[in-house]
Amino acid sequence: MFESSLKQLGDALRAKKISSVELTQSYLDRMAQLNPQLNAYITINPETSLAQAKAADARLAAGSADALTGIPIAQKDIFCAKDWLTTCGSRMLHNFVSPYDAHIISQFNNAGAINLGKTNMDEFAMGSSNETSYYGAVKNPWDTQRVPGGSSGGTAAAVAARLCAAATGTDTGGSIRQPAALCGISGLKPTYGVCSRYGMIAFASSLDQAGPMGRSAEDLALMMNVMAGFDERDSTSLQRDKEDYTRDLNKPLTGLRIGLPKEFFAEGMGADVAKAIEAAIAEYKKLGATIVDISLPNSKLSVPVYYVLAPAEASSNLSRFDGVRYGYRAPEYSDLADMYEKSRAQGFGAEVQRRIMIGTYVLSHGYYDAYYIKAQKIRRLIAQDFVEAYKQCDVIMGPTSPSTAFKLGEKGDDPVQMYLSDIYTIAVNLAGLPGMSIPCGFGDNNMPVGLQIIGNYFDEARMLNVAHQFQLATDWHSRAPQL
Amino acid sequence: MQWEIVIGLEVHAQLSTQSKIFCGASTAFGAEPNTQADAVSLALPGVLPVLNKGAVERAIKFGLATGAHIAPRSVFARKNYFYPDLPKGYQISQFELPVVGQGALTIQVAPLSGNAKPYEKTVRITRAHLEEDAGKSLHGDFHGMTGIDLNRAGTPLLEIVSEPDMRSAAEAVAYAKALHTLVRWIGICDGNMQEGSFRCDVNVSVRRPGEPLGTRREIKNLNSFKFMQQAIDYEVQWQIDTIENGGQVQQATILFNPDTGETRAMRTKEDAHDYRYFPDPDLLPLEISPEWIEQMRATLPELPQAKQARYVNELGLSAYDASVLTTSREMADFFETVLAAVPKDAKTCANWIMGELNAQLNRDGLDMAQCPISAQQLGSMLARIVDGTISNSGAKEVFRTMWAEGGEVDAIIDAKGLKQVSDSGAIEKIVDEVMAANANKVAEYRSGKDKLFGFFVGQAMKASKGQANPAQLNEVLKQKLAG
Repeated sequence: MFESSLKQLGDALRAKKISSVELTQSYLDRMAQLNPQLNAYITINPETSLAQAKAADARLAAGSADALTGIPIAQKDIFCAKDWLTTCGSRMLHNFVSPYDAHIISQFNNAGAINLGKTNMDEFAMGSSNETSYYGAVKNPWDTQRVPGGSSGGTAAAVAARLCAAATGTDTGGSIRQPAALCGISGLKPTYGVCSRYGMIAFASSLDQAGPMGRSAEDLALMMNVMAGFDERDSTSLQRDKEDYTRDLNKPLTGLRIGLPKEFFAEGMGADVAKAIEAAIAEYKKLGATIVDISLPNSKLSVPVYYVLAPAEASSNLSRFDGVRYGYRAPEYSDLADMYEKSRAQGFGAEVQRRIMIGTYVLSHGYYDAYYIKAQKIRRLIAQDFVEAYKQCDVIMGPTSPSTAFKLGEKGDDPVQMYLSDIYTIAVNLAGLPGMSIPCGFGDNNMPVGLQIIGNYFDEARMLNVAHQFQLATDWHSRAPQL
Repeated sequence: MQWEIVIGLEVHAQLSTQSKIFCGASTAFGAEPNTQADAVSLALPGVLPVLNKGAVERAIKFGLATGAHIAPRSVFARKNYFYPDLPKGYQISQFELPVVGQGALTIQVAPLSGNAKPYEKTVRITRAHLEEDAGKSLHGDFHGMTGIDLNRAGTPLLEIVSEPDMRSAAEAVAYAKALHTLVRWIGICDGNMQEGSFRCDVNVSVRRPGEPLGTRREIKNLNSFKFMQQAIDYEVQWQIDTIENGGQVQQATILFNPDTGETRAMRTKEDAHDYRYFPDPDLLPLEISPEWIEQMRATLPELPQAKQARYVNELGLSAYDASVLTTSREMADFFETVLAAVPKDAKTCANWIMGELNAQLNRDGLDMAQCPISAQQLGSMLARIVDGTISNSGAKEVFRTMWAEGGEVDAIIDAKGLKQVSDSGAIEKIVDEVMAANANKVAEYRSGKDKLFGFFVGQAMKASKGQANPAQLNEVLKQKLAG
């Protein structure tokens, strides 16, 4: 049952081979047993989840079930869910019970899916190892001495450890793809604007995008059918016709042109990662794809550009956490300024404070043009590189992360080393393109390697097709860690 | 030595939309604290702004009414600062690209002192931009604590910035009044100054004529024209005294205390905020098509300036009369309805409205909308003056009766016996009798004592019990006395 795909689970539920209450209880039991060693979840509400399961069973009985009705899904703790503690991995929101549902949460509720719990994450999604969470680091299920990646590390660990059927993540600079790679699962960051950001706690508004994380491309397609779609409450949500993301899964890949950016295969990538990626490319050739060498000349600037723009937006987005209306307020303070300073100094962790300071600096009078404006210009050049590349190829492939999962604490003292974990993923966010990561083998220490697939705007269905065909031909995605 | 006063205004006009500028919460004034604060007004984690089209429409109308350029593309920016009644920690405003560009407003200035004549002046408007209001801090209601009311947070404002074109308090007040008239005239703001719907910040500096601009101080939040007058007078004198005593004016934000009539500095340039403006990534640039502008143009009424010009050129009124009659749409509508009854006698209409009617309104503390005499009634009455049925003094009697008791004009004339004698035979008879009774005065008159004419008019009028048509009586007297 824990190895079943979403489609198999849905079929079993609709055929009454299992009830949603049974399924949900099985997951809750497994979570009770395994979550303590992984710390993948921040909040679990068995009663709430089981009540939802009961309602889903009624819907199943009435014959009005959707594809995901009754299936237990975990939600990254960045999504506001009514009556659920919603912490965003921060002490700042240690007591924040959301009075409303994020659009994504409503979509899952409407589909009849079960909210199995809120998954751990880097504080305010700032991190690549899930070590910045106020609620403790998440352990990689493949090796609990190692990080799961971040910021959607709790989600990635939960999916890999079979502590949920599938889950949601968010990706601002790689936060879905990098932990998916490090935990050996599949994850998709859609085109910017495809999934509503309403109710998703903002890190960097122009980059943030929600997406599904699961065990296969087919599962991701079913998740996308629930998550994607226009929402008038998000002004950056795109008004497009509803899509069926499963529609192209079974198309053959004959004639597919895969672009390999030379910049992604230069120095920096671990030899074990390179080997797995090369093998995956070879597999694609067998599936009928052709390889095109391409260049993304400005992609090397994506990390510095990102670390100007994302902190700039974050410094402003996080201003609302001031201890006045909700969330953490310092117990003692002398006046208003002191209350702000103490509440924010005590409520935010070190990485969040670092980024707020960087962001405040780059937006300051006298520095704005040199940093923010210049970064915006380079951002356009980076996006333009992709426009040129897609004249020659259909999808772009490369590594998701330069290395497999590193050890807990290994990069803790060196933020720049940590930031370089996202060197291959950030350009995609800057360009607003869809990107995904799928498992494609194992590197040193038997840790999973992720293959990154970058598509053109709105090409999610094609990317899912490309990933699914690979997963039909290989079994990397169905390997499970021993726990 | 002479000093020149230089004044520029920043006016915040609250736009008359039902809901707030970026969410659906109500803008109604006076509700219980925080009952109109929804998730967006409270700046809960994850919420997003969605622009209210009605606010944009009102901005477009204002731009059209001041002959301004309407930007086809304008940008919302975040103005970052911490304050407890600013829930997001930033205000959404417009900075580099405002929706309304350069425009102008022509005003009639009535000097406050001496016998100087009213004159016309054109004040240039630099820009007008859309922004959201903050909430309110309530300092008095809680012991040792401050209450926050976020009902007002997110109320739409149009900030209208003038060039430093005004050279006296009288000009500043005339401009503010003209703006106040205009925004109500075109229906974009209710103009209620007590409720803060129309607030003025006044930038004041002084200089020797011909010299560069002096250092300005900004008087914040004036909510009455009287206070504006007083604040400017005080501030100008303070600045002149400071400079003449060898001091220097420092740039500062100041407050006017109506109780003492003095201004005092709130903060100086040194502690000015660095607002770290940057484009709001949650909102797309505001795009306004030529079609939208034309739709808005079609909804605009005839503007006060256009009416004034028409009243002067076509109706022969003085510029002063025309400006008084266009102080509000109610006033102009009233005038035009009265005029319809006596189309050739605009001056008579103006005199009655600006004289008798206005005086009565003031005495009873009423505004135009509460006037007990309708424009139709006044028009019928004036028609009876014009056709000679009643004299001016008879009309005053009719007016007083209508004011106190209402009633129909002709019925009042009949009931009060106010119809004047226009029968030339009857008038001649009266004149003959008066002349017969005062034969020696007739002789004096005929020997050159012209001044006695008034005496005969008085006697004849008395003999007619005040009912003789004065024009006719004059005519007859003149003829008969000539012998």
